[in-house]
Amino acid sequence: MANMRSKEQTSSTIGASLPRNDVYEKVTGTATFTDDLQFGGKLLYARVKRSPYPHALVKKVDVTKAKALPGVKAVIVGADFPNKIGLYLKDKTILATDRVRFIGEPVAAVAAVSNEIAMKALELIDIEYEELEAIFDPEYGASPEAPLIHPDLGNYSWPNFIFPKPGTNIANHFKIQKGDIEAAWPKCTHIVEKTFRIPHIQHVPIETHVAIAQQDEKGKITLWASSQSPFAQRALIADALGISPTDIRVIAPFVGGGFGSKAGVTMEAIPVALATKCKGWPVKLILTREEEFFTNFVRQGLVIHVKVGCDKDGKLLALKNLMYWDGGGSTEYGVNVTRAGGYSSSGPYDIPNIRTDSICVYTNHPIGGAYRGFGMSELHTGLDQAMDELAEKAGLDKPEFLKLNGVKEGESLDTGMKMHAHGLNQCIDNVSKSLDWNGPRTPSSPCKLRGKGIAIAWKAPAMPPNAGSSAWVELAEDGHITIGLGGQEIGQGTFTVMAQMAAAALGVPYEHVRVAGPVDTQYSPYEWQTVASRLTWSMGNAIRAAAADARRQILDVVAEAWKENPEDLDIINGIVVSYKTENETSLKNIAVYGMPRENDQGWIGGPIIGRGNFMPTYVTGLDPETGQGTRSVVHYTVGCEGLDIEIDKNTGQITVLKAAAAFDVGHAINPTLVKSQIEGGFVQGLSSAMFEEIKLKQGVMTNPSFVDYRIATAPDVAFPLETPYVEVPQDDGPWGARGIGEHPMVPTIAALGNAIYDATKVRLPGPPFSAEKIYLAMLDAGMID
Amino acid sequence: MTLTHITITVNDLAETLDVPQNMTLLTMLREKLSLTGTKNGCTAGECGACTVLLNGEPVNSCMVLAAECDGADITTVEGLAREGKLSRVQEAIIKSGGVQCGFCTPGMLISASALLKRDPHPTEDEIRKAIVGNLCRCTGYVRIVDAIKEAAK
Repeated sequence: MANMRSKEQTSSTIGASLPRNDVYEKVTGTATFTDDLQFGGKLLYARVKRSPYPHALVKKVDVTKAKALPGVKAVIVGADFPNKIGLYLKDKTILATDRVRFIGEPVAAVAAVSNEIAMKALELIDIEYEELEAIFDPEYGASPEAPLIHPDLGNYSWPNFIFPKPGTNIANHFKIQKGDIEAAWPKCTHIVEKTFRIPHIQHVPIETHVAIAQQDEKGKITLWASSQSPFAQRALIADALGISPTDIRVIAPFVGGGFGSKAGVTMEAIPVALATKCKGWPVKLILTREEEFFTNFVRQGLVIHVKVGCDKDGKLLALKNLMYWDGGGSTEYGVNVTRAGGYSSSGPYDIPNIRTDSICVYTNHPIGGAYRGFGMSELHTGLDQAMDELAEKAGLDKPEFLKLNGVKEGESLDTGMKMHAHGLNQCIDNVSKSLDWNGPRTPSSPCKLRGKGIAIAWKAPAMPPNAGSSAWVELAEDGHITIGLGGQEIGQGTFTVMAQMAAAALGVPYEHVRVAGPVDTQYSPYEWQTVASRLTWSMGNAIRAAAADARRQILDVVAEAWKENPEDLDIINGIVVSYKTENETSLKNIAVYGMPRENDQGWIGGPIIGRGNFMPTYVTGLDPETGQGTRSVVHYTVGCEGLDIEIDKNTGQITVLKAAAAFDVGHAINPTLVKSQIEGGFVQGLSSAMFEEIKLKQGVMTNPSFVDYRIATAPDVAFPLETPYVEVPQDDGPWGARGIGEHPMVPTIAALGNAIYDATKVRLPGPPFSAEKIYLAMLDAGMID
Repeated sequence: MTLTHITITVNDLAETLDVPQNMTLLTMLREKLSLTGTKNGCTAGECGACTVLLNGEPVNSCMVLAAECDGADITTVEGLAREGKLSRVQEAIIKSGGVQCGFCTPGMLISASALLKRDPHPTEDEIRKAIVGNLCRCTGYVRIVDAIKEAAK
């Protein structure tokens, strides 16, 4: 019986939709975001002088007049900080030095006692440029005719899994060669060949980027930032400043939305650099919404040429995937998007013959960085729309085609890695059922067309092979516990999920767990970055280990005091119990002061701190020519989405009647949070499919505002959205869990494209699928007149 | 810059302030009164993160000059809970799971409160229209709409 109680305790916390532990603060306006921090009258305001040219040499920067303006405390230029900075490929500096490579690139920066003075100082900075030919097309950029954007590429540094081509604009070229693609084409009964262009889009967190930096008299720097990556930021900025990582302390309050935009280092190094020139003064840089749109990392554009073939029964035989990524003026982070797009280029399909070339090209566009999905939305937009037409050619119903060709457990992936257990077929079934796939497709009126579309997707955490997590668990006097972690709460609910895991692993009520926040690199345990949908899995493993460590220490103390065996003891709801003697004591009786020995003969125990860490040790390298290796990634999360839509023949306007999104989450630690991630991700995906595009003309973003760059609003998404998730446990995940943060926006564009095709037989060359484009395409196809 | 002397009621408390003529209501709330619950997402009246009630009507406080608010009655997110008791919309959004990053939440709650005050039983369409000016990037609005429906019951 007692063992059953223990089991109940665990199951009541894991798999329970407990309320978020940050929600009271967030609904009362008391949650602290970075811009809410108060710095008093000494606060300086930073502003940035930016390049007006997409590609130019910087001939002269004169800041004399700006420096002389009363109220200006510091002015910096590129030459002041010549060291390179970058997460993967170190190809940029904090401010441009001899050359600018995109419009909006920082060239100089000012810190002044007011925003107005800082703005005025910018006008006093004289910069002489010599314009160069610019590149706005990645395929041209990759050609030998293109001018070089980084002539010194060969002198940069990069890890051994990135393959730049010095002397060209190719910043990374990832290849897959599996089977024999040329021999396979003649065996194909059906072949589809398509090209898609996926535009740049912006992350659009409602909180723009903001960071405040201050250097003390001893030279130590504190950076308060809205950040997904406090530890990576201290490492990268320290490297660029030539100081030690622990000379920078990063404090990261709640983040008002990230979606990848606040990963790595984007603008945070600028206030730090300024702060080093005015010791003692806190320097704040907050991006305007316009700057957020046109100067920050973007989801890079993609041109994808995809060719797929199958036999007469519809079984896939061959895939050729040629991808040109529009990396922008710097590809320090984007090179790894290209790599991820490469090693995952087959999608969750079993294909014996594959040739992939995933090529990251320097262009004079904004810098491509991490974006929810990390290349997978772009890849699947091409891949799954081609598959849709192949299924049609093969005469197979789409779900049937997907289930026939979806990769199965134990099968060899495009990289040679063996696929683990997963629930893709169940996801396909769940979506088909939600949408009543074989049910009627009758439009609601004669002037409407109706269609259903479906697409599958996968994504692995994209990160260095050995990205690590660590955690601690401390027992306090009242028997409650505090958990230390370095992963960031960006809205996904990770603080809640970690508290649930710690509660379950230790045996205390969820309400007795608090998170030591905000994340502060001076006190919080190391975490690589809050990216890649990796925290539930990786940080979860670290938290679980730390809680188990604390639990073991507690049980050892109590067992010694009670002269019992630790195996006979358990912790249930914060009470240590013995199954053997039915002794029990509250955790508060042993916390901090330990337990007395019999007859006043001293004490046992002491303050309890459990520690834990996790780092995947099993990811192997891949062959640079074939992309083959034993284990390319830690695991994949798979899933399926579908939409039932109507299109107005008179306007091209899409109305979504119903949508469904199903993913295999391994084990839903908090079902409400899982569903919330899927709902939010789906709508972000749908927004990118219907509305979003950074409109670039000669390198200029022409729509840097919410009026001209529309994101989905509440009335845009007035349709039922079902999220019937699946749980096939992950072997190395805590309680079998795996990540779900990014995946829900991965198949959405393809699923909508397929629904539009089903309704109209029109296939647009790329998103956004605006009413205008659909209408004109229907007109061209002669469907309407 | 000339200062304007104003008397203003914020969350039931009277305040007298001298504000520069170009200071927005948003800046006044955040910087003069340290009411940082109201957020700044665009400074252009486009995102709704700074929504407050001005004499009972929802407004983008980044688009209102503080100097124009002499005699006005303002409610911010900090004023929604009364004597430690959360409002119905606050309770409902906690229950529905309609909060993620929380940055749009204050403005969203204000718009929802204004809606329920003028129409205690709105339809789903009316709910969605009432928050059309409040952008949210995290939730897809699903559980926010659920919360407002629940609060209207």
